[in-house]
Amino acid sequence: MAKITFVTRDNEHITLEASSGSLMKLATQNGIKGIEGECGGVCSCATCHVHVPEEHSAKTGEASEIEKDLLELSDNVQDNSRLCCQVQITEELDGLVVHVAN
Amino acid sequence: MPDPFKEKRENEGYHDIDDQNDPVKMVLGHKDVRKAAHNWKTFQSGAEPGRIVVPSEVEIRDLRQIPFEVDPPEHKSYRDLVEPWFKRPLEEEYQAKLKNIIAGVLDEAIEKGSVEVIHDFSLVLQSRALTVLLNSDYSEAERWISWGTHVFRSEDDPLDNSKANVLADYLDEKVEEAKKNPTEDFFSVLLNSEVDGKKLSDDEVKGVMMLTFAGGRDTVINAVTNSIAYFADHPESIEYLRKQPEHMNTAIEELVRYFSPLTHMGRVATEDTAVCEHAVKKDSRISMCWASANRDERVFEKPNEVVLDRQMNPHVGFGFGTHNCLGATHARTILKILLEQIIEKIGSMEILDSEDNIEDWGGIKRKVGYHNINVKLTAL
Repeated sequence: MAKITFVTRDNEHITLEASSGSLMKLATQNGIKGIEGECGGVCSCATCHVHVPEEHSAKTGEASEIEKDLLELSDNVQDNSRLCCQVQITEELDGLVVHVAN
Repeated sequence: MPDPFKEKRENEGYHDIDDQNDPVKMVLGHKDVRKAAHNWKTFQSGAEPGRIVVPSEVEIRDLRQIPFEVDPPEHKSYRDLVEPWFKRPLEEEYQAKLKNIIAGVLDEAIEKGSVEVIHDFSLVLQSRALTVLLNSDYSEAERWISWGTHVFRSEDDPLDNSKANVLADYLDEKVEEAKKNPTEDFFSVLLNSEVDGKKLSDDEVKGVMMLTFAGGRDTVINAVTNSIAYFADHPESIEYLRKQPEHMNTAIEELVRYFSPLTHMGRVATEDTAVCEHAVKKDSRISMCWASANRDERVFEKPNEVVLDRQMNPHVGFGFGTHNCLGATHARTILKILLEQIIEKIGSMEILDSEDNIEDWGGIKRKVGYHNINVKLTAL
């Protein structure tokens, strides 16, 4: 199991546990505000945008070209932006904190 | 369904067409399309009502569709107001109603043995589903069905406003009715709504309603009909989803990408600018060709194949950016329930005969769906 914390735009901290699936699914299943995942995780809608603090970026890895191209045109994009539908949950993510971007 | 834009997209990246002496530069590449959609300051929606639609509707309506023909920052206030209403398809109760409707039309088609999908299946399904979206009486659907297809705009003559008036007159009537006898439907809800502390005017209410009626009619009919035609031609795909329903989500997104129910949408340039290194004059029109972008081989592997488990699918079938499709949640839910019902109930489907609906964009011919298509169905 990995413990993952979402920090919403209203600075609410929600810590969830999971062992598989994508971060987006975990967030939508638990009603995390600001994560919608409208396209279900195929990298089309950009409604699952998060910022990953530098100390955690090694865990989530780097965005693919397709993901970067989409992020580039998203609101509140930063160097540490990720679409969380593209982050698969593994044991290695334990302790991860992400900030919801929108 | 072939991709008629390939050559132009690869060689020039755009395609010039005329439309009622108000030419349009169609943008064809995926990256350029998304950039144009993102850049609402240079490529505006808040132009003269009807002008960002191609073929232009300026000669047949004055009413501004909302939030569709409004630019930020005003756009956001309208969008924020209507967004929660259009997210209701995520609710269980809403889905149960849609399931009843979709199961009903499918059962009826199976019982009859064959069906003309456009008029007797998709139009009926779309109209009945719209009663759920609007939270109006189920019986209202009969009236919308009676209008037939190709309402709100004459296919043959963009200057013929007799068809556009069908909807305009209907909206006038329903707004008056809702004022006298408020209900829980979308008309009444909008009439009681405020944006930035001000009650919506009658024209604003009608603007939202016109968008909801017009934007979700041909598009949903095309998406449903093309999906039926696809599964009739590909029984192995029904079998695949029956065995692996976990691919349902990627399948829906892929069908939307592949069929792109709306070919393109226009914008008006607010300044002298350029697309694909070609000049675009201030106050001239461009369009973002979703159908072309969705087959861009620089983005999609095997773009001309339906890959039901396509994992990376950055399609623009519901548009992109500020003005992305307001009805997308409703549309996705309809497709999900339709696929679930097909898997549950259909043994086989066979296309008996059909007539393609082919658009002509300045010599580029695109099949967007069917004028009619008879399909034989058998139960599982």
